[in-house]
Parts: sequence; C-alpha cells; structure tokens
Amino acid sequence: MIYFDKVTKTYSNDPNGFALKDINFSIAHNEFVSIVGHSGAGKTTLLKLLLAEERPTEGKVFFESVNVNELHRNEVTKLRRRIGMIFQDFRLLPDKTVYENIAFAMEAAGRGDDEIAFDVPHVLELVDLTHKMWDFPGHLSGGEKQRVAIARAIVNQPDIIIADEPTGNLDPVNTYEIVQILKKINDIGTTVILTTHNKGIIDLLGKRVITMEGGRIIRDDASGKYVL
Amino acid sequence: MLWVNTKRIIRTGFLSFWRNGFVSLSSILVMTVTLFSIIAVIFTNVILESVLNDLKSKVDVNVYFIVNAGESDIMQMKGTLEKLAEVASVKYVSREQALAEFKDKHKDDYLTIQGLNELGDNPLGARLNIVAKDPSQYEGIVKMIEEKNALATPEASIIDKVNYQQNKVVIDRLSAIIVGAKQFGFLLALVMIIISVLITLNTIRLVIYMSREEINIMRLVGASNMYVRGPFIVGGMIYGVISAVLAMILFWPITLWLAGATTDFFGGVNLYHYYIQNFFQIFIIVLGAGMLLGAISSFLAVRKYLKI
Repeated sequence: MIYFDKVTKTYSNDPNGFALKDINFSIAHNEFVSIVGHSGAGKTTLLKLLLAEERPTEGKVFFESVNVNELHRNEVTKLRRRIGMIFQDFRLLPDKTVYENIAFAMEAAGRGDDEIAFDVPHVLELVDLTHKMWDFPGHLSGGEKQRVAIARAIVNQPDIIIADEPTGNLDPVNTYEIVQILKKINDIGTTVILTTHNKGIIDLLGKRVITMEGGRIIRDDASGKYVL
Repeated sequence: MLWVNTKRIIRTGFLSFWRNGFVSLSSILVMTVTLFSIIAVIFTNVILESVLNDLKSKVDVNVYFIVNAGESDIMQMKGTLEKLAEVASVKYVSREQALAEFKDKHKDDYLTIQGLNELGDNPLGARLNIVAKDPSQYEGIVKMIEEKNALATPEASIIDKVNYQQNKVVIDRLSAIIVGAKQFGFLLALVMIIISVLITLNTIRLVIYMSREEINIMRLVGASNMYVRGPFIVGGMIYGVISAVLAMILFWPITLWLAGATTDFFGGVNLYHYYIQNFFQIFIIVLGAGMLLGAISSFLAVRKYLKI
C-alpha cells in the first residue's frame, strides 16, 4: 500500500548532507509498523514525504501505486483525507471546541451536516471524551488532547493512521491508553504507522519495527524489539 | 456541496471573528482609520472644488460700451454671447445702474461725487459682465468679441473697451492654481490612501500570522485551500463592514462641527449638509472599499501559509 523507492532527501542547509539516504521499504494493508530511532534519525522527514509535505530529492514515494510527489495540490488534499494524522504536539485548533475540531475534519472532507452530527459524538464515545465535547482544547489535559486528535484522525475512516510520536508528551498511564486505542484502530482494519522513542511501547506491541539511524534504515524486524 | 461549503465558511468566519474578539477589535480600529482617511479625502475634494468654483465665479470679463450705444444692440450681443458653450452667464448693467453703483462705491468720497454732479450728464457707459465656465476660456470669448468689433465700421462700433487684458494676469494665475491644486489634491489623496491601505494590509497579515499554525493544521487535516482561506476572507469582510459603519458614524459629529467653519471660511459648501445629502453614496463607497480591502488583505496574507 505504501512503497518508498530509493528515497533520498537533502536539505540545502543541512551540514550532514542528507536527512534521508536510500530508503527502501513497503508497508502492506492492515499492518502496524513502528518506526524508531533517535531524534534526527529522519523519522519525521519520512512521514512528511509520505504526506507530500516535502518532496524527495531523489527516488519516489508511492501510495497505492500513485506517486505522491506528482500529485496536483487538489489531489494532495484528497490524499490527506485518506490519511489520519496524529502529532506529538496534538495540533488541535485552539479556537474550536472538541466537537468542532473533529467536525472540521469531516467538513473539510465535504461530509453532510447530518453525518457530522451523527459521527462526531460516536467517535468521541470511542475515545471516551463525550463529556468534554463542548470544551476548548486549552481546558483539556495532554492525554485528553491526544484522544481528541485520534478521534479527529479516525473520524473520516482513513485507510491509514500516521502517529508521529503521539506519546512524546504523555505520562505512562496516558501512553498506555493511547497505544491501546491505536491497537484497537489497527484491529478494525486500518494501517497504522507509529514513530516513537519509547522502548516500552515497542516491547508491548510486538509488531513490525523499522529502526533508523542517521537517515538510513538499519533494521527492519517483522516482530521487533527496541534495539539501539 | 458548494452551498454547504459556503454556508460553513461564512459561519466559521463569523465564529472566529467573535471568538478572537480582541484581535478583531484592533483590526477594526486600524481599518477604521483607513476608511476615515478615504472619507476625509472625499470631503477635502468637495471643499477644494467648492472653493475653486467660488473663486472662478468671482473672475469675470467686462465689456464696456460707449455712452451712446443702443440698448437693443447691447441686448443682441448679450444674446449671441449667451449662446456660446463656454459662457456660464452674461449680466447686463445699464448706464443708470452703473451710475448708481459708482455713486454707492464713492459715497464717502466727496470730491468725486461733486465732480460727477458738476458733469451733469451720466458719463458711464453700459456694460456686460461675462462669466465663463472655465477661466481658460476667457481668451477665446474675448477674441470673438474683438473680432466682431473689428468687422464693424468705426461708426457702428459700440464697444468702448474690454478689460480682459487687465484681468489676464489674474485669470492666468488662477487657472494655473486651479490645475495645480487639483493635481496636488489628487496626489495627496493617493499617497494617504496607499499608506493607510499598507498599514491595514500589514495589520491583517499580523493577525493571520498568529493563525499560521492553525492554517497548517487545517491543510494537514485535508482541508482544501479555499476552505482554509474562506473564513479568513469572511472575517476580513466583516472588519470592513464594521469599520465602514464606524467611520461613517465618526463623521457625523465632525461634519456637524465643521459645517459652520467651512461655510464661513470657504464659502458655499456646508459640509454637514453635503454629508447628509450624500450619506448613502459615501457609505456605499466606504463599505465597498472596506470589504474589498479586508478580503484582499486576508486573501494575500493567508496565501503565504498555504504552501504546505
């Protein structure tokens, strides 16, 4: 479903010369892939390439046999609607309530009002935040914010969820909860890509692990442990 | 779909306008200043125009007739002149009127009056006061009169003199001043409007700069450019509408206060009456300018953050 073909990414002002070098891997439907590595190993750059936020210097990135870097802007928008994003810093819209944050993703995808009114409470129930529906993000704890972000990511039933260090700002209890929710999402048939430094998460999951270092993939284990 | 999106964009625009109250307030204040200066420019032009018109109407050319010129001949010439496109008005002053004016003017000058009385007869000829529509047209008019006069035989000529040559310097200078004042006024207006537009543009850019992270998130969540941009444009237009209303309200006491002063000082136009009479027209101009300014500023400012 996702295929990186000899991808290299260089930033002109990068002293090391490259952010990613000769990246080759593919991800199948319904996989749960963790990408681990130190800060600066290239995990975030990898995800940005997949979202067409950045273009590769060399090589190609495919999403279901479509080269994402040849997409027109409108098509990029459509691509992103098929990908649910979860970030370390949550990235909720601060001026919108929890309900509106989730509704926004549906509105952007062109869903009808009835559908939104039905789906948003439903997805909030999934992440156990029904009681915070009309609160603004500023009034939520870190764990709650991340659960809103997950709800927003899954509400459009994307083909794939990308979680970029989703537990980076959370305490162990919340981390555990978030991982359980991601696992549940994967169980219903959504592909999940997770980046993390958290050894505990990887060992808990027991799924495929791609290990990166200095912009290269150094390990790719089908049922990996966190080794660095 | 289009309708649903438009509805959502407008709703979101109003909502974020309301929720970012303080930011909205500051943008509105800056924009009010801009629109205020636009109205001020309009009013300055009105005053300038009326002053110039007032001055123009004070300049005239007099055709003096010889003492024994027949009134019917003079009236005939008056008729010819009035038919000319360049002529605004022609006023006939008869010999008797001229004498009365003269006496009135010199009523304190005993010697002159005495001399006049000793003369017995009325020494003054009748005259025509000609006012042209534009001071630059006097030359042509006078030339025409003089040509006609030259064609007539010396005995038939009824014109004593035309005082254009004496007035020429004043008329030329006034023409130059009028042209200059208009150009300067226009330039000043242009500069003022450009400066205030730039300030508004910058303010809105700052407002949207604060939302750059949100714009980023919206794009990543899969919103199209137009869907991200729309509410900001709606917000900009709301700033414009409110600022236009504020600027118009501000001018009510100002024109009322200025009305007396301008009428006395510049003559002619009463700014308050002008404001009330043209209220709707000015409001439409200002409203349009405000909405356009808000929408364009927002459009340009958001564009910068839509690159992702």
